[in-house]
Amino acid sequence: MLKIHIAIVGSGPSGFYAAEALLRSDLNVEVNMIEKLPTPFGLVRSGVAPDHPKLKQSILVYDRILKQDGMNFFGNVTVDEDISVEDLLKTHHGVIMACGAPLDNKLNIDGENLKGSHAATAFVGWYNGHPEYRDEKFDFKQKTAIVIGHGNVAADICRILSKPVSELKKSDIAEHALDALAESQIRKIHVVGRRGPVQAKFSPKELRELVDISNVTTEVDVNDCEIGEQCKVELSDPKNISSGKNLELFRSFSELQTSPELTPHSPRKIKFRFYLTSQKIHGAETVEGMSFFKNQLGGQAFSQTVISTGETEHISCGLVFRSIGYRGVPFKDIPFCDDQGKIPNKEGRVIKNGKAMPGVYVTGWQKRGPSGIIGTNRADSIETVDCLLADMAGVEKTPKSGSDGLTALLKKRQVQIVELDDWLKIDTSEIARGKKYGKPREKFTRVDEMLDVLSV
Amino acid sequence: MPHIVTENCQSCRFTDCVSHCPVECFHEDDERLYINPDVCVDCGACIPACPVQAIYDVVDMPEDKDPWIKVNAERSKTLPVIMSKQEPLPTAEARRTELGL
Ligand SMILES: Cc1cc2nc3c(=O)[nH]c(=O)nc-3n(C[C@H](O)[C@H](O)[C@H](O)COP(=O)(O)OP(=O)(O)OC[C@H]3O[C@@H](n4cnc5c(N)ncnc54)[C@H](O)[C@@H]3O)c2cc1C
Ligand code: SF4
Ligand code: SF4
Repeated sequence: MLKIHIAIVGSGPSGFYAAEALLRSDLNVEVNMIEKLPTPFGLVRSGVAPDHPKLKQSILVYDRILKQDGMNFFGNVTVDEDISVEDLLKTHHGVIMACGAPLDNKLNIDGENLKGSHAATAFVGWYNGHPEYRDEKFDFKQKTAIVIGHGNVAADICRILSKPVSELKKSDIAEHALDALAESQIRKIHVVGRRGPVQAKFSPKELRELVDISNVTTEVDVNDCEIGEQCKVELSDPKNISSGKNLELFRSFSELQTSPELTPHSPRKIKFRFYLTSQKIHGAETVEGMSFFKNQLGGQAFSQTVISTGETEHISCGLVFRSIGYRGVPFKDIPFCDDQGKIPNKEGRVIKNGKAMPGVYVTGWQKRGPSGIIGTNRADSIETVDCLLADMAGVEKTPKSGSDGLTALLKKRQVQIVELDDWLKIDTSEIARGKKYGKPREKFTRVDEMLDVLSV
Repeated sequence: MPHIVTENCQSCRFTDCVSHCPVECFHEDDERLYINPDVCVDCGACIPACPVQAIYDVVDMPEDKDPWIKVNAERSKTLPVIMSKQEPLPTAEARRTELGL
């Protein structure tokens, strides 16, 4: 039986679930998964927080997929640098883009580029040992940090900033991060959102975890939990159970008392702030504070927007982390929707000038934008692969060179391909390094270190 | 603490939950699905996917549903894994209407 050759660009959850669906189909398929890092698994390795080890077990499923017949891994290969989508279309019948949304949204306010103002992407990548963020620096001598955003990534950041390092040191957190966090002087974290407690996007579970950290207090102004009629309408929707639980949790947090002086031994405080829109980050060279416009809500339930009250508020701080969403990166031969930071598509077929682009598909965060958790990508990739399979009837009659052609092209361009066996060596080596410290693994945080493992 | 399928799944079996699960932990018999608590990674992706709100995180589950913890643990051990979404049972839509969802 003739083969259909499909390239998947990106080895995060969406890439793996696309591979799974392809390999499970009735067709004779070869899947070539291309990943810019020598290591697979995307944000499950470099996004999901180190203190959520259970979630990382989805890697066991990906590991099985990697070892399936018909599956090839091409690590350390960057599309648009080492090879183009056009090259991939010459050697494959179809290409599925699964590159996620690695860039951060900006606040677009004055002072955003001061030292001490950081993107969530940089901090998360840094503590998770992503090579691109290895050399980021964070000034943990500061006493007060502000986290902008009310989603789960903001909650992750608060947890990592406030958890005692004794509770992190048995996780796979990068060694450099553990060392730096051990010296942290941070006493107070303000978590700021534009709208109210009913609109916060935390999952109740992540919120509850913050309450459960030892030696941390969570605070909220009780007045912020007085909600209006439209919020009550939002809460009465049975699909909106999480918001109700969140509100209950917020209400249970201690009210800010005339807080005693923060000492190095006082509990860390996480304070949830609502109805504040970022105005400006202040400071000469480094961050010294941040000001906000105060808001109230207006409009109908589920589309309530913020209306400025005309007042402002200033909070002194030395660190700012913005976590207000992610966006994708444009690729050369493929259209890009700048507004939404994703590839325009219909059910996974990439749309160019109103028409489906032959052979090009997209899945995961690059398809939907940065929403949805690991499992959401499975249903999403199934949809994309269903479209691809429907389009592929008969294509195998035009033979393509697949993995042979791809390997030849990369060799000619002197790209060092990290294959499955190479990754398994890196994996084994990381696990062995971790053993010494009782960690599940000690990640290599530089590409050179990873490649060195392969040269011995 | 794992996730649990409860009575609402009865004679319905829209299997949207299955395609949202990252780790293959749903098991099936003719009537309903069960989650293997040893494999579930507690991601919560299946909860919003279920059109009849049959799935709970144990932490948030009303107490009267506690017996389902054991049912899921036991039944999932012997039944086959279900990996892809299937046609809902013919009774599915009626069940959803009956539950008012
Ligand atoms: C900080 C953070 C925490 C999260 N925590 C959780 C959680 O606790 N639970 C949960 O369920 N979900 C969580 N998520 C969501 C989850 O990580 C995403 O739903 C999922 O990773 C999206 O998968 P993806 O495959 O679309 O993208 P990604 O996982 O981002 O994978 C994209 C892959 O493409 C590769 N790539 C990019 N560009 C190129 C290129 N040019 N050439 C080759 N390869 C390339 C990248 O290196 C990467 O490996 C979290 C997300 C973030 C950001
Ligand atoms: S979606 Fe809900 S009702 Fe349908 S099979 Fe899954 S748990 Fe049962
Ligand atoms: S919580 Fe996640 S892992 Fe557990 S059954 Fe639901 S989708 Fe699967």
